[in-house]
Amino acid sequence: MKTDLFLLKYGELALKGLNKPAFEKKLLNTIKRRLAKLGNFSVRCSQSTIYVEPLCEIDTEEVLSVLSKIFGIANICPVVKCEKDLDEIEKTAVELIREYRTTQKTFKVESKREDKSFPLNSPQLSREMGGRILKNINDLKVDVHTPEIMVNIEIRDKAYVYTRKIQGAGGMPLGSNGKAAILLSGGIDSPVAGWMICKRGVCLEAVHFHSHPYTSDRARDKVLDLARIMAKYCGRINVHVVPFTEIQLAIIEKCPENYLTVIMRRLMMRIAEKIAVANNAQALITGESIGQVASQTMESLVCTDSAVNIPVFRPCIGMDKEEIVTISKKIGAFETSIQPFEDCCTIFVPKHPKTKPTLAEIEEAELLLGDIEAMLDDAIARDEVVVCE
Amino acid sequence: MEVYLDNSSTTRPYKEVVDAMADAMYNNFGNPSSLHRKGIEAEKLIKSARIAVAEAIKADPEEIFFTSGGTEADNLALRGAAAANRGRHIISTQVEHPAVLNTLESLKNSGFVIEYAPVNKNSEVDIEIFKRLVRSDTILVSAMLVNNETGAIQPVTEMCRILKSVNPNALFHIDAVQAFGKIPFTVSSTGADMISFSSHKIHGPKGVGALYVKKGTRISPILFGGGQQRNLRPGTENVQGIYGFGLASKIANENLSEKMTRVRNLRNRLCDGILREISDVSVNTPLNSAPHILNVSFRGTRSEVLLHSLENDGIYISSGSACSSHKKGPSYVMTAIGLDPQLIDGTLRFSLSEFNTESEIDYTLEKLKGAVASLRKLMKYK
Repeated sequence: MKTDLFLLKYGELALKGLNKPAFEKKLLNTIKRRLAKLGNFSVRCSQSTIYVEPLCEIDTEEVLSVLSKIFGIANICPVVKCEKDLDEIEKTAVELIREYRTTQKTFKVESKREDKSFPLNSPQLSREMGGRILKNINDLKVDVHTPEIMVNIEIRDKAYVYTRKIQGAGGMPLGSNGKAAILLSGGIDSPVAGWMICKRGVCLEAVHFHSHPYTSDRARDKVLDLARIMAKYCGRINVHVVPFTEIQLAIIEKCPENYLTVIMRRLMMRIAEKIAVANNAQALITGESIGQVASQTMESLVCTDSAVNIPVFRPCIGMDKEEIVTISKKIGAFETSIQPFEDCCTIFVPKHPKTKPTLAEIEEAELLLGDIEAMLDDAIARDEVVVCE
Repeated sequence: MEVYLDNSSTTRPYKEVVDAMADAMYNNFGNPSSLHRKGIEAEKLIKSARIAVAEAIKADPEEIFFTSGGTEADNLALRGAAAANRGRHIISTQVEHPAVLNTLESLKNSGFVIEYAPVNKNSEVDIEIFKRLVRSDTILVSAMLVNNETGAIQPVTEMCRILKSVNPNALFHIDAVQAFGKIPFTVSSTGADMISFSSHKIHGPKGVGALYVKKGTRISPILFGGGQQRNLRPGTENVQGIYGFGLASKIANENLSEKMTRVRNLRNRLCDGILREISDVSVNTPLNSAPHILNVSFRGTRSEVLLHSLENDGIYISSGSACSSHKKGPSYVMTAIGLDPQLIDGTLRFSLSEFNTESEIDYTLEKLKGAVASLRKLMKYK
């Protein structure tokens, strides 16, 4: 059936106090911007509900796919409008149930009467429609406690009927919580980490390290593809592709082999910090999870953490790989993440990496590199910024 | 300088093939099954290609069936023969292309018994062991003529003779994708019942291949449709592709021995240079090999890193086999020949074509020497 209106409920945004109008405005802007490529829509909000009304021919599923990726929305109901007439409402409700029902056996009708001139009150309307639906669809039963199908009827300017409630992305509206820079490697974890922080309303700037010619251009393209997948949720992302070969070679040449990875990661953090600061991002995000690999032991994390002065957020820190994979699949990044190209982290791995480095040891080893600041600035000066949206 | 040394992955098409195809695509757009003149013109192009491929291996044109490539030809041969013949026992080798191995694995799931003949360190099938695998109820043997990773030539003629002496009704299939247009062979010199070919390995277009099926061979189709190609491979023919394949096959097989002597000399120049200039290498290509492939392992290096650093110098090569670079893990061919796992990591495949020159080889050698040396330094090798 043709959807006349989408009702969007917000999640915790509804609980906000004085800041609420500002957050609402950000959310409405995001919705308008994302929907613009699907056609003309009227988007307005009133009493913690957003009304998205298509002003053109639309594909309901396509609109739902866009809306369900917008942070700040708890759920979405596609509504069919009809005349405020019992027969009309019955016809619409029955048709909606038939169209979307698969194996569900039970239902319940819930009504809301905003237009008090409507002759039946809410409980009466629910009872009346319950009976009519039972007559039309004989293998459906009423279950008022745990119904599998919830038939909603709202009497307003018209009768609004909806049976589906699609889960939204949740979280806070994009831009309501500043900006952070994500270190994007091309693996499974970093896109998930970025997505999780972005879900809290944080805009993203991304940093990727490329070791041309030792890593393939496909590894770089893969990261850009991942950024584009994230952008469906996180909005436009600037990806800073930083040439890392010279630094990597210097580390390999001058530092003890078993410290390579930790030193490399510390320098990556420092570059990311510089890029973050230059782009008004206030924190870094990484996909690290305690103990996942040698460079993510508690000791290694302490060493990488102390390389920078701004906070480092690691939303995957307490998650198992399986939990991370589940989110990666949910956001559609998994298939891209597992493409097997060597990236700058996998290419020169020491045979016996130090799993329990101390900061003092690492800092001493780093002295062998000479003028680190100059190396970092040189790499940043040559970075390439790719806008992913 | 741009040096393309990845001709076992794919080749650059001959200019005349591309031009002829473009013209045919625009002007001979008819459906070969149509009864009118447009159809007849298109059918003529296919006929000319069928003759060209047949002539190259001394087969009857009636015995050539065009497919969408080598993979489909292998699938048609194996699945088609398995379906049409009574019996469950099939033999192949450990070093076949995934198009053969994975088809056989799927047949295994439907109840066929598959045995794989091992290879020696030269990646050649061990004839004695193969002999012991052959049974009176063996219905099919599939083996490649030239190995795609090492270039080794398999003793297919002898394998076929052994098979037929035990069970004259059994079928012998050859995957000649890497051999066609590189080494001379005919249907009678091999004795095979079915032979697979691919166009893009011989400077023809991609998306075309062929299967030779000896007259009288029992084989079922794997695709069903409108009856084209005597129902064995229905579907409107890829007219331009097939036409291009025919032309490429004609050009590639002209003066074959002369051209391949040149290619072999270039390959040997590269091989000798590597052995002379670079220490700790293992040449995995045996003496008895196709002229265009050279597989070498460089101890203390990583092939993917070498590949990209040579790419930076305009030199295109392959690490192991391009088809296996979709997945990680060591090459199964290298494992099968018993190569030291530490060497496998640093294995490169150079595959030449008639377009390569001496100066390209010398340039490659110089760059390779530098790339190996600097990578070894980085990887703290010795």
